[in-house]
Amino acid sequence: MYDYLWLIPFFPFVGFVINGLFGKKIRNEAIIGGIGTLMIFLSFLVSCGNFYALLHDSEKVHQQVIASWMSVGNLQIDWGFLLDPLSALMIMIVTGVGTLIHLYSIGYMHGETGFYRFFAYLNLSCFSMLMLVLGNNALVMFVGWEGVGLCSYLLIGYYFEKQSAGDAAKKAFVVNRIGDFGFLCGLLTLFWALGSKGVWTINFVEIAENAHLLESGGVVVTVITLAFFLGACGKSAQIPLFTWLPDAMEGPTPVSALIHAATMVTAGVYMIARMNGLFAMSPDTMMTIAVVGACTALFAATIGLAQNDIKRVLAYSTVSQLGFMFLAMGVGAFTAGIFHLMTHAFFKACLFLGSGSVIHGMHHGYHHAHLHDDPQDMRNMGGLRKKMPITFITFLVSTIAISGIPFFSGFFSKDEILWWAFAGERGHWLLWLAGAVAALMTAFYMFRLVFMTFFGEQKTDARAKDHIPESGLTITIPLMVLAALAAAGGFLGVPHVLGNFFGHMPNYLEHFLAPVFEHAQVLNGIAVKPELAHSVALEFSMMGASIGIAAFGILGAWFMYIKTPTLPGKFVASFPGLWKAVYNKWYIDELYDAVFVNNCKRIGTFLWKGFDVRVVDGIVNGTAWVVKGIGSGLRYTQTGFLHNYAMGMVVGVVVIVGYYILGK
Amino acid sequence: MIGVYHYLILSAIIFSIGTFGVLTRKNAIVIFMCIELMLNSVNLTFIALSRHLQNMDGQIFVFFVMTVAAAEAAVGLALMIAFYRNRESIDTDDFNMLKW
Amino acid sequence: MLSILFYLFATVAIFSAFYVTKARSPVNSALCLVTTFICFAVLYIMLDAPFMAAIQIMVYAGAIMVLIIFVIMLLNLGTAIKKRYTHALVWGGGVSVLMLFITNVFIRRGEMSGKVGDVTTQTIHNYGHTELIGKAMFTEFLLPFEIASILLLVAIVGAVILSKREV
Repeated sequence: MYDYLWLIPFFPFVGFVINGLFGKKIRNEAIIGGIGTLMIFLSFLVSCGNFYALLHDSEKVHQQVIASWMSVGNLQIDWGFLLDPLSALMIMIVTGVGTLIHLYSIGYMHGETGFYRFFAYLNLSCFSMLMLVLGNNALVMFVGWEGVGLCSYLLIGYYFEKQSAGDAAKKAFVVNRIGDFGFLCGLLTLFWALGSKGVWTINFVEIAENAHLLESGGVVVTVITLAFFLGACGKSAQIPLFTWLPDAMEGPTPVSALIHAATMVTAGVYMIARMNGLFAMSPDTMMTIAVVGACTALFAATIGLAQNDIKRVLAYSTVSQLGFMFLAMGVGAFTAGIFHLMTHAFFKACLFLGSGSVIHGMHHGYHHAHLHDDPQDMRNMGGLRKKMPITFITFLVSTIAISGIPFFSGFFSKDEILWWAFAGERGHWLLWLAGAVAALMTAFYMFRLVFMTFFGEQKTDARAKDHIPESGLTITIPLMVLAALAAAGGFLGVPHVLGNFFGHMPNYLEHFLAPVFEHAQVLNGIAVKPELAHSVALEFSMMGASIGIAAFGILGAWFMYIKTPTLPGKFVASFPGLWKAVYNKWYIDELYDAVFVNNCKRIGTFLWKGFDVRVVDGIVNGTAWVVKGIGSGLRYTQTGFLHNYAMGMVVGVVVIVGYYILGK
Repeated sequence: MIGVYHYLILSAIIFSIGTFGVLTRKNAIVIFMCIELMLNSVNLTFIALSRHLQNMDGQIFVFFVMTVAAAEAAVGLALMIAFYRNRESIDTDDFNMLKW
Repeated sequence: MLSILFYLFATVAIFSAFYVTKARSPVNSALCLVTTFICFAVLYIMLDAPFMAAIQIMVYAGAIMVLIIFVIMLLNLGTAIKKRYTHALVWGGGVSVLMLFITNVFIRRGEMSGKVGDVTTQTIHNYGHTELIGKAMFTEFLLPFEIASILLLVAIVGAVILSKREV
């Protein structure tokens, strides 16, 4: 089965080529969407086969080399794929969620101009993501890494005739470039550092094997991992570089679900997990990651509290959840991070698709009434649960999952992260506190969203309110599947204490991923603090605290938006400054504009008007001017008379020959 | 006794005369003839040295020079005819199309 | 005896060559050129190269001169109006004399050397000059010989194309 590994990225690529080259000619939406969905579905089937094979295989690392890419000196770089439990899990998520979102897009994008373009890009982004995940060396991963960045740009700018979409696309691209720069720096430094020890490689397996050559906790490892972490920050929207992700909501909703929730933005988390051996060697980097992750989780959650655009709330929620994953990585809970990545892919994809369904319905209603209100503004919604029952139920399930209500997937993954943050060797109670507060706010703003959208009175314009239908089957089927996964997915990683409680239910995921992470964790002493490791009471009380936090958040939202709907208004009135700051995202964009963007522009303007126009152009034009002057002077020597040329030749010959003969 | 030097001096003199003609005359055909003169003087040098060094190669070279001279005569005179057809003259003063 | 012959023909060659440059009518120039060629042919014989003398007469005095005379007649060039560059006369004369001086210095220095072969006067008398040339031409220099034939072919084609009225 492993021989067919290359088919996994190959199918989406074929879909991309077909739709990209011939989509315009095909025109038929069913065929275009069918091809796109079929390709990723085939890829999913191959992934399933590989996953199943790996599950029952004692040898957990398989590499397949397709072709040699470049061979320089001792360095051999291949187009190779790597299948181990980590990448197997990731390809399952990418192709599985990808298939559902492709299916959803057929219904959602119906009637859009450039339907074929959308599917081509979507396939390309799946291809890139699969290359990123499956690449057996850092350079192939980098190809995928850049590929998803490109697709993100293309898909955010899908409505390119809209100024804001174009700007958002550019912003995403530029911010991602900063991260890519970090990635490249890390890669080159790593290459140099290993090379100076005599190992010229960028193959992940060999890196993991030879990581011990580098000094554990040394400066080199810290620099390498910090550079890689900068790359991860860019791609996964962590604190210095998170601003692009909320703006990325300009793209169509399936894109937000696929790229900006389920797959691409998790690339950074995946990359850290892939190089866990290196990261684990640098406690300083790990601490940085944990702090950045916790801050991001907290910070994005505060912004999410005050947004009114349904997709923006989800976007900040994504940033916040990614922060949780980084927190997990930072405290060494790699399994928990990947676990949260997986559950997040399920419930966030479902949430985004659900919001897309809502927007679709609202848009339909407004279109019917010939209104041009914003179909994404939650203040215009309300009471939709009766209009769109399936959307409502699936959305509610996912919201419960993200809020951390017991036995839904989010509960298990988030709880494990918080447990590690508190009790892990590299954890700290402050990290736990930040995570817990972020979880509280998550529960609050997610239920605020649900209450504002689906409960209460319908605040939609009267002319449109009766024309909001439930979406079609292609939209609701993915919703239902994802909601089911969001509800049940958590049982793959039940913590031991609860597993014992249920009657020896093992932690499947931890067991499955152990070959990837255990080595580095053991080597670098990453574990739960021994004095806390067997404290069942503590673990249960932590769990209880989590449940309490979630319940408190939900109740708060219920109290503010259902019980006394006037309360938010009063709250805003009593803290106008705070509310305004939160509403305007703490003015981060403005700050970046003032500090970085404008100064860059100023430097650019100087280089353009001062340096380029005067100096560079001056040199170029000056050269031309001098040559022209010499030429116009010299052309008078060209008389055109044969005799002058003959004379010149003869004189020249005489002089040269004379010099050689008489000069001796 | 006549040595190789005599021949060489003679060919040098003829060559200089040819050069003089090329540089002073205006009639293209006369210039052409002067060039033939220069080629001949070189031939003389070749043959003289060939005898002096008791080697056949110089004479073979003369043979090729003659070939080239014949080709040159054919093409050069054809050029002159073509030019005369355009300008009604073969005066080199009229050959000034290379002018700025 | 040979010295006298050499000086005689050398003098004739120099004077007729000079007259080539001086004659006002191109026909006169051509006739003087033929004289020079014939003098050269005599000198070739004195240098034990009768074959070269023969083709000197045939190619130069024969073919090329006929061609030149033919063109002169075709273009109907009369006696040229006395038109020379006076400044060119000075310059050209100066350069020519300088060149003569330089070559003389070179010749006087007597640094002529090269691969000395085995073709003595005796060999030429035994085998015949033509045979020696032919042997060299068709063995050692076969490729240049063939290339020369192609050159002539190209020259013929070029001449035909150039002198055609309408291409």
